[in-house]
Amino acid sequence: MSDTHAQTVAFVRDTMLPEREPPILERGAVKWMRENLFNGIISTALTVLSVLVVAWGVAEIGPWLMRSIWDAESLSGCRQILDGASGACWAVIKDRWHQLMFGFYPPDLYWRPVLTLILLFVALGPILFPWVPRGMIRFSAIYPFLGYFLLWGGSVWFPVSVALGFVAGYAALVAFRSLGTLVSTIAAIIAPILWWLIAAGTLTAVLDSIVPLGLERVDSDEFGGFLISLVIGFTGIGLSLPMGILLALGRQSNMILIKSVCVTFIEFIRGVPLITLLFTAQLLLGYFLPPGTSFDLILRVVIMVTFFAAAYIAEVVRGGLAALPRGQYEAADALGLDYWRAQRLIIMPQALKISIPGIVNTFIGLFKDTTLVVFIGLLDPVGLSNAIRASSDWQGIYWELFIFIGAVFFIFCFGMSRYSMYLERRLQTDHR
Amino acid sequence: MAMDSGAPRESFRLSMLLYDTRYRSYTIQIFALMLLMLGAAWLIDNTIQNLAALGKDFSFRFLWSTAGFDISQRPIEYDSQMSHGRAAIVGLLNTIILAIMACALATVLGVLAGVLRLSNNWMVARLMTVYVEVFRNIPTLLWILVFGAIMTEAMPPPSAFRGDTPAASMLLFDSVALTNRGVYVPEPLFTRSLGSIDLGGVRPSLDAIAFVLVVALSIWANIRLIRHATAVQNATGVRPKTWWKSLLILFGPAIALLLALGFHLGYPELRGFNFGGGIHLRNSLIAMWLGLGIYTGAFIAEIVRAGILAISRGQTEAAFALGLQPGKTMRLVILPQALRVIIPPLISQYLNITKNTSLGLAVGYMDLRSTLGGITINQTGRELEGMMLMMLIYLAVSLTISGAMNIYNSRIKLKER
Amino acid sequence: MKKSIFLGTLAAAALTAGTAVAQDTLEEVRDRGELNCGVSTGVNGFSAPDANGVWQGFDVAFCRAVAAVVLDDPMAVNFVPTTGQTRFTALTSGEVDLLSRNTTWTFSRDVDLSLTFVGVNYYDGQGFMVDRALGVTSATELDGATVCIQTGTTTELNLADFFRVNNMSYEPVPIETNAEAQQQYLAGACDVYTTDASGLAATRASFENPDDHAILSEIISKEPLGPAVRQGDDHWADLNRWVLNALIAAEELGVTSANLAELAEGTDNPEINRLLGTEGDLGEMLGLDSEWAQRALAVGGNYGEIFANNIGEQTPIGLARGLNAQWTQGGLIYAPPVR
Repeated sequence: MSDTHAQTVAFVRDTMLPEREPPILERGAVKWMRENLFNGIISTALTVLSVLVVAWGVAEIGPWLMRSIWDAESLSGCRQILDGASGACWAVIKDRWHQLMFGFYPPDLYWRPVLTLILLFVALGPILFPWVPRGMIRFSAIYPFLGYFLLWGGSVWFPVSVALGFVAGYAALVAFRSLGTLVSTIAAIIAPILWWLIAAGTLTAVLDSIVPLGLERVDSDEFGGFLISLVIGFTGIGLSLPMGILLALGRQSNMILIKSVCVTFIEFIRGVPLITLLFTAQLLLGYFLPPGTSFDLILRVVIMVTFFAAAYIAEVVRGGLAALPRGQYEAADALGLDYWRAQRLIIMPQALKISIPGIVNTFIGLFKDTTLVVFIGLLDPVGLSNAIRASSDWQGIYWELFIFIGAVFFIFCFGMSRYSMYLERRLQTDHR
Repeated sequence: MAMDSGAPRESFRLSMLLYDTRYRSYTIQIFALMLLMLGAAWLIDNTIQNLAALGKDFSFRFLWSTAGFDISQRPIEYDSQMSHGRAAIVGLLNTIILAIMACALATVLGVLAGVLRLSNNWMVARLMTVYVEVFRNIPTLLWILVFGAIMTEAMPPPSAFRGDTPAASMLLFDSVALTNRGVYVPEPLFTRSLGSIDLGGVRPSLDAIAFVLVVALSIWANIRLIRHATAVQNATGVRPKTWWKSLLILFGPAIALLLALGFHLGYPELRGFNFGGGIHLRNSLIAMWLGLGIYTGAFIAEIVRAGILAISRGQTEAAFALGLQPGKTMRLVILPQALRVIIPPLISQYLNITKNTSLGLAVGYMDLRSTLGGITINQTGRELEGMMLMMLIYLAVSLTISGAMNIYNSRIKLKER
Repeated sequence: MKKSIFLGTLAAAALTAGTAVAQDTLEEVRDRGELNCGVSTGVNGFSAPDANGVWQGFDVAFCRAVAAVVLDDPMAVNFVPTTGQTRFTALTSGEVDLLSRNTTWTFSRDVDLSLTFVGVNYYDGQGFMVDRALGVTSATELDGATVCIQTGTTTELNLADFFRVNNMSYEPVPIETNAEAQQQYLAGACDVYTTDASGLAATRASFENPDDHAILSEIISKEPLGPAVRQGDDHWADLNRWVLNALIAAEELGVTSANLAELAEGTDNPEINRLLGTEGDLGEMLGLDSEWAQRALAVGGNYGEIFANNIGEQTPIGLARGLNAQWTQGGLIYAPPVR
């Protein structure tokens, strides 16, 4: 026994071998490449193909980008500087960026749209991010009026008296509360309408004659470029959400009439292209309104865009509602909550949470769709790029304008989609 | 006194219309109905007044009057002496052609990109992410314009193909010409053609009908063959070899038919100002096709990716444990389940493509919107009738697509017990 | 989130912008203090904003003359760019008070579309422009050509007729705006660009090498272009018609922006006196003061001056008077007597 032991001992190592480097193929960049780029024939072929595509793209666009011209009066000026070589003529952006951004907004008033945009982020803060102080929500509530006042100007009393309409509505809601929810709701709808139709105009005129306070008025037809996209996009987004929720609730309703009206509306809007709705706004609205009325084209467009987005949001919210377990409704009933309380406190917070990605996607789509207003003669960035090309200085310039407009849209839309992901993570309350 | 002993039966009071939930919904609905009818009456009344003020009537007679304008891309016979209605049908067909082409391109690109984004090849996955994000976040109108600009600005004019040392040359053995007026590809021609039949103004070629019929029959026969093979396999456990029979059935009759008809390709060649012969895919069509197809492809890629990710990892592992190969795992286990998640959003993307074909005017594509909704309305001044008709047609097309897809969707739906 | 922007703007529109199409356009314009004038989205020389965003051109000058007459301020004009597709609706819906945008006077537009053309300020015809390198000298050699056209105009109808009558085939490339058509033509995506001859000249003038392109001699249509107003307001139509006629008559009578002040003191020629308001009460008949024509002429001068300064031979557009000369010079421009 001991003998065997003695013999084996000679072969037993009592110290650890020093750790050796892994083979070259199994470490560092080589390993990563083997695993991620060349793991198999198809993968290798795809990698080679991708590298070729990227290399081709860089070879095509790289030199063009490298020879960028920023200072020139016109395209022919650019071509003179380039002297036969091909290069990007960004001078057009430098020359016309203010038009692409603000359209024909008076140049000395550019601070107003800029301030409106900055304040928009301030106002959105408490809605979008939880770490912003809650008190800021009051600012968000008055922001729409402030934004309108800053962009369009005119008398300060006009947005004030319009805002008072909402106060009137709230007052009616409180005053008629004793008569039951239905009556108070109806009162809360009728009171502001009466206010706007009867009192608001006079009040504005009276206040204006006492204290003439206001900013220089800027008409809608001076709006253009990204200013118009943002105005239509954000107003449309803001308005379509409540309308979409109401439509979704209407579609779920037990009342056959309400339900069929909502279904017809949603299916009709979703079945026709946005551009036909925009043409309706431009060509047909005049037929449907009393003879002699016509109003601002931007407003007409906002209304149509809102209808359009609301139908899509309604479908998204409906999906969210359908995903809620039946028990949630029953629990709300068991607690004795009435319909609106149940919706506000139990159903909607959950349904909306489920629908967030869909809602944000609808918003992104809506923002991108604002480019369609070019077909009805509004000068959005795409329309302005046509107008810029029409001038003899910049005839024949395409790519620089497209790249610039595309980049701005990309930043906005990409930002929104990232925010939606953040929101999804934040609202993730289930445990994984 | 005796009266009181009966069960307390509440009689109907007017206030119950407001406070009793049993009746309140009727109150609200009647109220809403009245409002709705008032609103509709108001709109119709306004319209009548406005039409009267403009001295117009409401009629669709303009559809039968002479159109007077020409359309470049004509799937059916049309010239400027035909009616506005006919022009609208040409436009509708153009819309449908574009929609089908764009849906096909978007599906192919989307499935490819969606699968490749999940590939463990880093390079390819990144590249596909870039594709998806770039195309998804920039408006489709811009993409259409970009492709339109590429077609007109970056392609050579037909005159560049002329002369002894032309500046441009045709591709693929002189069969395809890329010009800034569009792409010319060879067209199928038949020396012993069957001619065409006249179906009230529409003249479909009998050759095409015969070919489609033969192919359809071959596919049907092939399905029968495979079913038979499966039946044999189920009965005996041995699957008979079918691949050569399949090949024969699928391609044999079609090739025989083509030979019998004297099939050959008509190549495009320079004639006068332009290329003649071949099929002319106009710039507008190409720009719309690429713009819509590639843009929507990015959305479909996301849908496909989400669909595949929605299938739990356990399914793959179970399939592997059963000894299925990766290809079969994908085909028999993952895809059928993923399709259930993928199909509904895919339908809405197809609908989006169909609706987005209405952007054709941006590059001068003569779709329904440009013919009926554009030139016809403008020449006849019938905005109201024209727009209503156009909306109804779009609505009908949309509802048809979603209806057909819903039927398919319900067939593949998970059958719950 | 921002429900109130909508309601706010709605109310704003209802209060401020609302009620545009009243029966009396003149009163409407005066109340607004601004003339809404529909122009094209940009045709060099006829209507286009300059570098400062101020609209300039032949069609624009008429708007300014009307604004001067009605509002005593030639700059009180709100220019609404309209496309071929939207122009008539813009007018009939009341978005604009006056459409001064190379619009052809045709039977169906006058009768069916409920427009009233107040006169002709430019006699035009549809022509063709080709690259000289093609070696085409006549429109009848264009068989099989690819032709760029602007949609929504009479040109596409004329074109279809022309090629049909001459038994030729062509490939239409429909394009929405003049600028885009120009671009396609320059890139060689079409062999021919067709539109009104004046438009062709204006377009060619903006090219880098105008001499490489030829405008073919064939004129295939009659295109009397003129300002239009809504049907149903005869007073407004009369006013516009006589502003135009005053500009034309002034040229015939030799009243220019240079000698206007001098002649306004009173002359021996009773017709000049009637026009400039030193004699008679023509202005009152129109519901205006007596100096109305003086104001119209003070803006850009008479018809001949407006023509010369915007599109005449001294300008890059370089159009000859041709048919648009006064009838005394062998042209068609003719104003009814001012009396």
